[in-house]
Amino acid sequence: MMGKKTKTVKVINIDLEKCNGCRACEMICSAFHASEKYSSNNPARSRIRMIRRPLEDIYLPIYAGEYTAAECMGRDKYVIDGKEYDECDFCRASCPSREAFKEPDSGLPLKCDMCEDDPPQEEPLCVKWCLSDALTYEIREEEVEDEEEEEQKDLTQKEMERSIKALADRYGLDKVANSMARLLKKE
Amino acid sequence: MRYAETGYNLEIDLSSGNIEKVQTDPALTELHLGGLGTNARILWDRVPPETDPLAPENLLIFGTGLLAGTPAPGANRTIVTTYSPQTLLMAYSMMGGFFAPELKYAGYDKVIFSGRSPELVYIWINNDKVEIKDASHLQGKGVVETEELIKQELEDQDAQVASIGLAGENNVYYASVEHARSSASRAGIGAVMGSKNLKAVAVRGTKDLNIARPEKFIELCNEVLDYIQWRADNPVQHVPPILAGLGSPQEMAIHDEAWHTTAFSWGNARYRRKEFWTEEVEDEWFRVQDGAVQRLISCYNCPMKCGAIIAYPTLELSKYMMKCYSKLTYVMGAMADNLEFGFRIAGLAQGYGVDSYTAPQVMAFAIELYENGILTDEDLPDFPADNEGRFFYLLEKIVRREGIGDVLANGVYWAARQIGGGAEAYDSNTIKKHEQIPIKLGMLNPVFFLMHSTGEKINITQIEGQLPQAPFPEKEDREEFVKDWFQAPSENIKDFFVKWEPRGEYAFPYFPDFQTACELVEWQETMHYIDDTTGICAGLSSFPIKPPYHIHNLPTLISAGTGLDIDKDELWNKIIKRNRCLLRAINTRRGLRRKDDRPPEDHWKKRFPEHEAKLLDEYYKFKGWNSEGIPTRETLRSLDLDHVGEDLEKRGIYDDGQKDEDS
Repeated sequence: MMGKKTKTVKVINIDLEKCNGCRACEMICSAFHASEKYSSNNPARSRIRMIRRPLEDIYLPIYAGEYTAAECMGRDKYVIDGKEYDECDFCRASCPSREAFKEPDSGLPLKCDMCEDDPPQEEPLCVKWCLSDALTYEIREEEVEDEEEEEQKDLTQKEMERSIKALADRYGLDKVANSMARLLKKE
Repeated sequence: MRYAETGYNLEIDLSSGNIEKVQTDPALTELHLGGLGTNARILWDRVPPETDPLAPENLLIFGTGLLAGTPAPGANRTIVTTYSPQTLLMAYSMMGGFFAPELKYAGYDKVIFSGRSPELVYIWINNDKVEIKDASHLQGKGVVETEELIKQELEDQDAQVASIGLAGENNVYYASVEHARSSASRAGIGAVMGSKNLKAVAVRGTKDLNIARPEKFIELCNEVLDYIQWRADNPVQHVPPILAGLGSPQEMAIHDEAWHTTAFSWGNARYRRKEFWTEEVEDEWFRVQDGAVQRLISCYNCPMKCGAIIAYPTLELSKYMMKCYSKLTYVMGAMADNLEFGFRIAGLAQGYGVDSYTAPQVMAFAIELYENGILTDEDLPDFPADNEGRFFYLLEKIVRREGIGDVLANGVYWAARQIGGGAEAYDSNTIKKHEQIPIKLGMLNPVFFLMHSTGEKINITQIEGQLPQAPFPEKEDREEFVKDWFQAPSENIKDFFVKWEPRGEYAFPYFPDFQTACELVEWQETMHYIDDTTGICAGLSSFPIKPPYHIHNLPTLISAGTGLDIDKDELWNKIIKRNRCLLRAINTRRGLRRKDDRPPEDHWKKRFPEHEAKLLDEYYKFKGWNSEGIPTRETLRSLDLDHVGEDLEKRGIYDDGQKDEDS
């Protein structure tokens, strides 16, 4: 018999009607993830990005999700309440089709980690800094099948794997391997 | 490494097309901080006082505030500095929005334009890549359309654009620079941009901005956010709703306009309509505003919602963004009673890029001249019979400098003198040739008298703040107010407030004593000067009552951000005093003298010429200026500005203060 297990699900609720478009979420995300926390900020490095087309009244915060090596073949359009969105507007992927969710210098993919911290933050900082309450936070307990739960890898390890995969996609595995070899030699 | 600032300016000579990235001197940051302070220093050092504001030799400086782009909430202001074609003095209008942070992320603290481009161009700043691009296809386009077209052309929705409309292209003396929901509107900065054949500046940046002491800095930012939240739940009591919260007056969110419509003047700053705000008006205005405001919006990294996206079925423009008070200025100038008219004409006027303070007053002035036979049907062919129609008519003439519009485009002061025939008498609301907020009051207010008269911004709303505009009638309420008034700079100011009464011994104009009056003015002005150097929005700092930023936390915040060690004394008595005196010296060198330090003649019904003269004397002394309002050599020397004093001396300005230097 398969066992049941409780899993903690962290949820950011996004209420588009409440967004005032200030981009504090982008700013504080990039500041929190600076090495030495808050020592710099740069919205281009943020793991949340505002899709912002003021005159169309489109204000859409999107979180960075998985890295993908290739962009989609087609582009669908959504019309919601008379506003036209590109499919990509809702997509969380760090993808070759756009600048968002990549480190500006290296092009390495970024992913939202809900502000993992030690000691833990009360809530992700984008939520904390959103005084308009367009972003709110809740923690839900869900029952899941034991087997189905993904094996929890160390967070740093996951990030490493993602980065190496992205580099390999971009420059070819050979080139990455050679660079690594050169680096190791120097040490 | 440089902190809070990037340490680089971008120098663009539009005549030759030469573009340079220039490292700045950190010593100037220590002396003047950034924003207005270093802008002023550049203007003093590089633009001779005899320069014609519309000549290629004038500089147009887009300076970011020192803290703009850092995590400090509301630090997003761009300070645009040049010589004004209208006042002929220094102009330093400012805008919020997203431009300054983007410029910082692109790696620059300022963009400094010199020369004049042979053709209409726009500038594209994309990190280290800077291009001068043809703008002939944008000629005559409105600012909203210009911004959209440029973003499309650059294929970058994240680019931030500041642009001028037809008014700027045609050098209208009150043309604005418009950006997103913000604008640098006052004193004709858009005309200077137009004179340089510069249609727009677009910027995109993806670089880091550094903070010197991150832990301390973010702790202070969090305190500011907490206090903003607390203030949202705890509005200030005993003041009109529009003044009870933070931000610029919440014109887009609040529809209760009892205060503006009954306390401010209508027409050419003439009439108060104390009975205007009735229940029917309130219902109708609520309906219109509710239908027009699509979303409340803010500037970069700011939780307030001072602006709005405006969409209204009868709009000439399909959509635009609005802020603050412009929904009322045209309505009240035109005596229109009709808020829908306000939304319609404000959108059109913004597209043309004119200042929404000055433009309606110029139009109201023209209507008065017409009604009194000074302007005739010959000057105004086919002039409509109704004021709303007249305003639309005049707007089109002015932004094209067509017919009488060519004269009115110079503002009330110059137009009155060009028209002649008694028109000067209708110039009722200018200071230093610049239109003021239309308020007409009874009893002289000594504090506001000094602020109106001596402010270098020549605009009261950006000098005042923090001190409630009228005394609370009940003593218990005043005592209650000061209990958590930790923003006050001293006990003396709190004592003043508790004593201050509407009538009797502790009422204006002879109360408070000179020393306290000077302290009140200097405190409020100092707070604005700090904001104008840091780029923190006045709406969270110097403008509202009980703001989250104040004299007790700002020195620490600036220090943590920049790595400088600045305490309250250094900030107030050295850096800000230095900037204040430098601005005064710049304008002194352009001909400003004591005789110009006056409020609009009929601003108060009850005037006290002797007392007013004494107030000026005492204030000048308090500031370390001579009886002509010129900073003395000793004052300038003590502020490390001896070269400034030396220059004033060489020009003979101290020998003959009375001499009117015609510029």
